[in-house]
Amino acid sequence: MPVEIDIDERNVTAYIFGEIDHHNAAGLRNEIDEAVENAYPEILVLDFGGVSFMDSSGIGLVMGRYKLMKSLSGKVIIQNAPKTIKKVMRMAGIEKLLSGESKKEGALV
Amino acid sequence: MKPVNEMKMSFESRSCNESFARSSVAAFISVLDPNVEEISDIKTAVSEAVTNCIVHGYKNEIGKVYIHVKIFEGARIRISVKDKGCGIPDIKKAMEPLYTTCETGERAGLGFSIMESFMDNLKVRSKPGRGTSVTLEKSIVSKGK
Repeated sequence: MPVEIDIDERNVTAYIFGEIDHHNAAGLRNEIDEAVENAYPEILVLDFGGVSFMDSSGIGLVMGRYKLMKSLSGKVIIQNAPKTIKKVMRMAGIEKLLSGESKKEGALV
Repeated sequence: MKPVNEMKMSFESRSCNESFARSSVAAFISVLDPNVEEISDIKTAVSEAVTNCIVHGYKNEIGKVYIHVKIFEGARIRISVKDKGCGIPDIKKAMEPLYTTCETGERAGLGFSIMESFMDNLKVRSKPGRGTSVTLEKSIVSKGK
């Protein structure tokens, strides 16, 4: 699947590449969840820098990971989302998870 | 009104065709010189409509999805996405933001909201047991700018 995962002491960072739709969301979800369940990070960083397309399946992906991290008392940050991807995120009100959108770098929810 | 150009396609309701469907529509309308945002809006709306056919219309069984794109004078586009699946018993309910029949928590319930806000106009017609047709309209105004 088009995702590269970095694990350090506190964070899991998932660099997602390509298109996020209903077809490939399940594979992304499985890879990210496996890393989270192994590492129990404080913060899950979802990096959208390499994402060229996303529909509401991407919103579902973020919301599901948000719930998972909440159950582990952790947080989700979204970073490097291109403009067109941010527009989809705004529909769901999840742009508050975007880092650098507020004055605090890495705004957490 | 007579379209100045049109395209029809049909394909099996396999999720691997979602990307093919939105890319084909985007390629067809590229003669109108849309900008990046317009292309993205249209691809996203088509992706939502096609995913609905696959996930809800046919409930992951294999049927046919039909797309018909018409381009009218003044760079107006009308895209219809149809299935002959189970239909929607309550369209108003289905169109409510965040409403979803998905129980896994992995679907956001935002498909119709995205189609509505990314396009100029959205019409949904459906008959339980017969299928659903979604019509999306948008004018390309940017001329590439």
